[in-house]
Amino acid sequence: MSRHFIDRNAKYLVLLCASASFIILAAIALFTLREGLPALQEVGWLKLIFGTEWRPSLDKFGILPMIVGSLAVTLGAMILAIPLGVGCAVLLAEVAPHRVRQFLRPAVEILVGIPSVVYGLVGMLLIVPLIREIGGTGYSIAAGALVLMAMVLPTIISISEDSIRAVPRRYKEGSLALGATHWQTIWHVLIPAARSGILAGVILGIGRAIGEAMAMIMVMGNAIQIPTSPLDPARSLAGGIAVEITYAGGLHQNALFAVGVVLFFLIMVINSFAMVVMRRRGERT
Amino acid sequence: MRLRTEQKLPALALVITLLLTALTLTGCSGGASNTITEAGSTTVQPVAEKLAEAYKAKNPDVAITIQGGGSSVGIKSCNDGTVDIGAASRELKSTEPNLIKHLIARDGIAIVTHPSNPVTGLTKEQVRGIFSGNITKWSQVGGQNKEIHVIAREEGSGTRTAFEEMIMGDALVKASTILLPSSGAIRTAVSSDPQAIGFISFGYIDTSVKALTINSVAATAHNASDGTYPLVRPLYFLTKTQPTGLVKEFIDFCLGTEGQSIVAEEGYIPGDQPSH
Repeated sequence: MSRHFIDRNAKYLVLLCASASFIILAAIALFTLREGLPALQEVGWLKLIFGTEWRPSLDKFGILPMIVGSLAVTLGAMILAIPLGVGCAVLLAEVAPHRVRQFLRPAVEILVGIPSVVYGLVGMLLIVPLIREIGGTGYSIAAGALVLMAMVLPTIISISEDSIRAVPRRYKEGSLALGATHWQTIWHVLIPAARSGILAGVILGIGRAIGEAMAMIMVMGNAIQIPTSPLDPARSLAGGIAVEITYAGGLHQNALFAVGVVLFFLIMVINSFAMVVMRRRGERT
Repeated sequence: MRLRTEQKLPALALVITLLLTALTLTGCSGGASNTITEAGSTTVQPVAEKLAEAYKAKNPDVAITIQGGGSSVGIKSCNDGTVDIGAASRELKSTEPNLIKHLIARDGIAIVTHPSNPVTGLTKEQVRGIFSGNITKWSQVGGQNKEIHVIAREEGSGTRTAFEEMIMGDALVKASTILLPSSGAIRTAVSSDPQAIGFISFGYIDTSVKALTINSVAATAHNASDGTYPLVRPLYFLTKTQPTGLVKEFIDFCLGTEGQSIVAEEGYIPGDQPSH
């Protein structure tokens, strides 16, 4: 009897758990939208999103520089992280002897656990002066991209490695049997077969990169301008919110929530894209 | 195993009871009138904490909570009545509520560069030119033929607002300015970049940066208090109405000799005027 009781009600219990996370998401989304709405109305959607000037004291709220800053630094990080990450994943999955892998894999996983403020600190004291040697102030898109690269590498490496390992054994055996070398097999068979998994890892990495605030504040310089070179300082959406929210009141605060709405929207688009990619991968294997 | 859980239960109950008691007690003290709350400027915060500590040492039954948030928050929450005392590190704007100001101290703002920079002083006009983007090379103000790296605080900061009022006038800080979230971060950035210029509160000056003379006046507490150094801002405690009771006693303590000597110890310039 009691077993049946538990059985009948367990589904309600897990439903409750599931709805809790959905309710939290909905509450955050609604609150952000409600707080951002006054700014969206007062300033206007188009003017807010495509405005190039952000001067809260003069009631000018254009967030295009921050959108460009976020996209530029994320793109830069991905250009650096994808080859490195996929290369490392191939090493872990195919090349490295068991003992090397036993050491490397946990090392990569620890990278995930380092707090972003530590990445920012290292970036500020190590990478910024290095970039300054090349030109400019050092606080730049390039510094941000390097720091972000280190932060998204673990995501890309672990998901890529898993998906390379998930490639059916017969693909590799078939390729080798046809006379292809190990390298040819990796490059022409394994990576293309694991393509959607690698893409999913990259998209999750992008999601993490675009939402990063603390480390970006510390290394990007937060200047409110549309950057024209990787050595220029810029501001990211998440960094912009974090820098100003402590001082903001009134319309300024609403405008920062509107920035949050834009960020929310960007991350939703990225996650939906990741879901589509992952679903396709699920169907195929 | 079962024994252990049973042993844990009374302990848990005890903890919960203690927590509840603590909550009730703080609830009571909050209801009584021996609590003072203060919030606002992060520049005022450290000195306010020291003042509160000294006051509490003399009046142990008084609880004072000091919070940050920035000058704008201090003005807003004081006007709302959410705190007894608001703190501001700048003059109040005409658009802001009319609150009663108590000048607890004054603070100088120093223009700082890397110690290796050959430039030792600037005029107010030159500083304005550099921050607005009209002057872009150190050679234009008597230094090396190198780009100037301009570093400032983010908009909304009391230090930035005061700097804009006293130096910039109607000119705007140029868009490519590096913006950092605290005086400490600016000091770190300037101390590591030979081409940088930034502004920080007097309390943050140390040997890692060089404070420039402004209109040939050195950035010292002495020059700031006698009025010759041009970049000095007020640090205010704000109240909505003429303070009474405990709040009045605390503010009087801060403005008195003992309070003002704490202000001086903390590196600020004592406010020499009574409240007005």
